[in-house]
Amino acid sequence: MQHSSALETNTGLDNRKLLMWLFLASECLFFGSLIGAYLLYRDKSVVGPYPEDLFDIPFTSVSAFILLMSSVTMVLALAAIQRGDQHGLRIWLLTTAFMGILFVSGQAFEFTEFNRQGLSLSTNLFGTTFFVLTGFHGAHVTVGILILLSLFVMAQRGRLTQAESLHVELAGLYWHFVDVVWIVIFTLVYLIQP
Amino acid sequence: MTLAEFRGIKPATGEVTGQAAKPVHRQGAHPGPAEYIKIGLTLAVITAVEVAVYYIDALSDVLVPILVVLSALKFSLVVMWFMHLRFDSGLFSTFFVGGLMLVAALFVVVLATLGGALV
Repeated sequence: MQHSSALETNTGLDNRKLLMWLFLASECLFFGSLIGAYLLYRDKSVVGPYPEDLFDIPFTSVSAFILLMSSVTMVLALAAIQRGDQHGLRIWLLTTAFMGILFVSGQAFEFTEFNRQGLSLSTNLFGTTFFVLTGFHGAHVTVGILILLSLFVMAQRGRLTQAESLHVELAGLYWHFVDVVWIVIFTLVYLIQP
Repeated sequence: MTLAEFRGIKPATGEVTGQAAKPVHRQGAHPGPAEYIKIGLTLAVITAVEVAVYYIDALSDVLVPILVVLSALKFSLVVMWFMHLRFDSGLFSTFFVGGLMLVAALFVVVLATLGGALV
């Protein structure tokens, strides 16, 4: 297998990284559409419950903080593999995955709690747009966790060397993107209410 | 001849070889762990400020602009430092900013046409 540094491309850039950025640009539109739909319909519900009845800002703030800090551990994993620190790589990858699992668990708890209080996907427009938006985000985080755990297993088996740091960098780009999407969702959906 | 060769760039490193050739891509070194931790601490402080501002009644009139600015700041820090847009090729920035501009256009068109609002 050729390493990233050995690839010859017309742009002088690694095509895999270029493709990842194109994918992330398309993801901007995907989440932008969902956030736009939420902003459009969140105050158009004719029956409750409404956002102000359900949102638990302290709880969501902690979740947002955990996901934000997982970006720090992710980038520390990249720094570790770039300097050939295999032990550091495994520790930071596992820490990032664990923080991701904490975030998704918090989201599952939040969904369950909202459902217990009468909000489902079909209750009202708020419920539909909220669950679709945050559900898709949660699905992205879950995919990210699976990627991180796969990288961890590869590192454990000695198949993720310093020369293959691009794998970690690409996973990191995806993970950080999921994080910045949550930065936007946390502000526009939770903190700024009509 | 590849585009990189035409521009005088060594494909393996992105290094400019030609006298007259201008570097078209920035491929600087990534920051170290210490800088990443500093950025992480800054992000944590901004998040704390966001939540604090949310609970201060006296700031309710300016809550939205404050939160939008703080959120944009966090977004920029993650994208520029953790995703390395500040250090990597400008082509990556072009793709990502292009996506963000399309989203901004989408927001304006959808919210203006269908009557939605940010707040």
